[in-house]
Amino acid sequence: MSGEVTKSNSQLIQKEMISRNYDRITSGECKVSSTFVPGNLNELLMCFDIANNLPEINAIQNAMRKKSGDMIQEAERSGHSEDVCTYVKADIGMMAKGNIAPNGKPFRDPDLLLLSYSGCFTFMKWFELLREQYQCPTVMLHVPYAADGQPTQNMRDYIVKQLKDEVIPMMEKVSGIKFDIDRLREYLRKSAIAENNLVWMLEQAKRKPSPIDCYFGGVYYMGPIFTAFRGTDEAIAYYDMLRLEIEDRIAKGLCAQGLEGDMPEEKYRLVVEGPPNWTSFRDFWNMFTEAGAVVVASSYTKVGGVYDYDGFRHDPEHPLESLADYCLGVYTNRNLPTRVDMLARNIKEYEADGLLINSIKSCNSFSAGQLVMLREIEKLTGKPGAFIETDLVDPRYFSAANVKNRLESYFQMIDQKRRAGGFITGNAPASV
Amino acid sequence: MTHRSVHDIVAFCQGLFDDLDFTYAREWKAAQPGRGVIGFMPIYVPREIIHAAGMLPLGILGGGADLEVIHGDAYYQSYICRIPRSTLELAVTGRLDFVDGMMFPSTCDVIRNMSGIWKLLFKDKYVRYFDVPQNFKDEVGGVFYTFELKELKEGLEKLSGREITEDMLRHSIGVYNENRAWVNKVYDYRSAAPWKAPSAEVYLLMRAGMVMPPEEHTALMQEYIAAAEAENRPMRDNCRVVLTGGFCEQPPLPLIKSLEISGCYIVDDDFMLVNRWIQGDVETSGDPLQSLSRAFLHHSGQTAAKYEPDMKEKGKYLLDIIRKRSADGVIFSAPSFCDPALLDQPMMITRVEAQGIPYITLQFAENSGQMQPIREQSGTFADSIKLWSNA
Repeated sequence: MSGEVTKSNSQLIQKEMISRNYDRITSGECKVSSTFVPGNLNELLMCFDIANNLPEINAIQNAMRKKSGDMIQEAERSGHSEDVCTYVKADIGMMAKGNIAPNGKPFRDPDLLLLSYSGCFTFMKWFELLREQYQCPTVMLHVPYAADGQPTQNMRDYIVKQLKDEVIPMMEKVSGIKFDIDRLREYLRKSAIAENNLVWMLEQAKRKPSPIDCYFGGVYYMGPIFTAFRGTDEAIAYYDMLRLEIEDRIAKGLCAQGLEGDMPEEKYRLVVEGPPNWTSFRDFWNMFTEAGAVVVASSYTKVGGVYDYDGFRHDPEHPLESLADYCLGVYTNRNLPTRVDMLARNIKEYEADGLLINSIKSCNSFSAGQLVMLREIEKLTGKPGAFIETDLVDPRYFSAANVKNRLESYFQMIDQKRRAGGFITGNAPASV
Repeated sequence: MTHRSVHDIVAFCQGLFDDLDFTYAREWKAAQPGRGVIGFMPIYVPREIIHAAGMLPLGILGGGADLEVIHGDAYYQSYICRIPRSTLELAVTGRLDFVDGMMFPSTCDVIRNMSGIWKLLFKDKYVRYFDVPQNFKDEVGGVFYTFELKELKEGLEKLSGREITEDMLRHSIGVYNENRAWVNKVYDYRSAAPWKAPSAEVYLLMRAGMVMPPEEHTALMQEYIAAAEAENRPMRDNCRVVLTGGFCEQPPLPLIKSLEISGCYIVDDDFMLVNRWIQGDVETSGDPLQSLSRAFLHHSGQTAAKYEPDMKEKGKYLLDIIRKRSADGVIFSAPSFCDPALLDQPMMITRVEAQGIPYITLQFAENSGQMQPIREQSGTFADSIKLWSNA
């Protein structure tokens, strides 16, 4: 391969949108709220002209620029344990090193910490830690865990009540803008339009060959809707454009795009569970494209909201209830049996060769239980699984040789299974 | 009241602690048809409702130092704490086969996800993930929580086949009020005279309460205090410390002993918070579920798994305990890979440092074996307090 990175139009536009949001956050011209990707209330923040700063995205940006390692060690030197989430430590280390945004300008202190406590325990501690630093208004939205597979009316009512009694009054206070529910409805209407195209895009990976990669490529496609653009005209335009781009790829019969251009051949179709590693994102991706492996579905592309499992769309007719359902339905807020069902369905419907789990040291919300999930999904689908371990943004926990060895063994196993008829039989070892 | 010696009472508790087949709870269940057992994990579940259903709340605090984990490690990655793997080991080896259901409180993501593992692996068992509110207003978190309590009550009614009336709930609330009062008396007693109630003994006494009915546990604590008072034990020149961080995965017993041997009297701790989570009595009049809800919202302790809406209040509970117990210092003792304890610790340390209170940090796993380094660390800490502080 040439080593030159080729970017599609949609990737370039996505990058430009994210950059624009950083310019807005650092401009000093608007109020800024830090909040999290899963269960983010972007449409609600927009009702108050509050910009959205997502610390996970900052950590990812720093990791891809090879800066997160020093930041994490800086946090550890100041007393944060080696054992805890590296997103948190990258964020705290970034502050200690001047709090410089990816656009090279300093972050302003947030006007609000919107603790959308959805799907991840660490979020709660993370913003308690940030509150110590920024000493700014902080509001918690507690999203109960959908432990029995489906959210209950009690959970929904609880979230709506918090929105009415806590979150919206706090946003009004911080912004000086009165809440207008019709403004929210309009944003939610726009969200749903973009969400329809997003689901269409995800489902194109059912084609053979798949015109897109739904893990490495998927994180670019997710960028606008999972960050600061859901509910905007820009997001609608982006997903319209992405649809045209994918339709063009389908018409040309192209395989998914890798870092250095279109894959010449699709040899393996995988479903992936867990976030990617960000510090060696390109090396990691190349391991797949070099082997001819495309990811046809991934749980990570559901981390900021699940749209292709039970038909959720933001609903302007029931605005606050819809925000509640969105928060309740994010991937890591769903119980393990639901996650198993979702991934097993993906393997069947996308005709994948098996499940690969990238288990992340930092993220117990994703990782705790994944070995059980792997076995259950193998049982349900008859397809082989594989398990690798890396981290989100800590370069110390990405061992390229180990990951590559595991992947190569896995691809060999898929080849063997195909020769044997495609399914796991008897008690033969199924996983690597 | 019996006249067992401290030695005999502690030996009895040690036997319960060592018995990973939970024979005491098994025998309790077998003694009467219709009885049931509900296991629960740290930190907090409303045991009153389980009790009112005629069932035994069984505290499952991992497999301890001596359980050989063979199967459990196949379910969890190396970077996840030990309590889930040893708990799963207990289950897959049949040691929990008599348990009718399991409750997994909202302590952290690992305990949360265990509820899903249980659903996948033990499909015939009652499994409840127990969410508590992180909003503490009656009209917001209170409404949500009361409904969650109602759902729990209805689930246990279905499981036990018996209706749980309000009177039954009020009775159980009363039983646990008394139990909690005696737990606090034991803690007060130890703080007043830690040489008379060594922490390893108090720990075993509290662990006994995890596997027996509260009425029996209350009687056992009464018996212990009477027996301890009758003993003549020498007072040592130890410093007084509060131990914090081990509220879920428990430290090995030798660690607790080592701290005291090395010169640190533990005058308060956060082991088994379930038995003193609620501060004071829960009301025994009115709607019992609302009483439990109000107690949780307004009269429960602080810990890392609970959100503190007011930054000024963060850490106040620890500082108050240090003051109340006249402690000389704090030992932050967290299990490895424990997100709540380890993420909270830097915030707690800033509070303690601001008050000039000496502290050390150490990490453990429930099966940590090497105590000498811990003994040296805590011994040096105790010496430094004795030599350099105003204590």
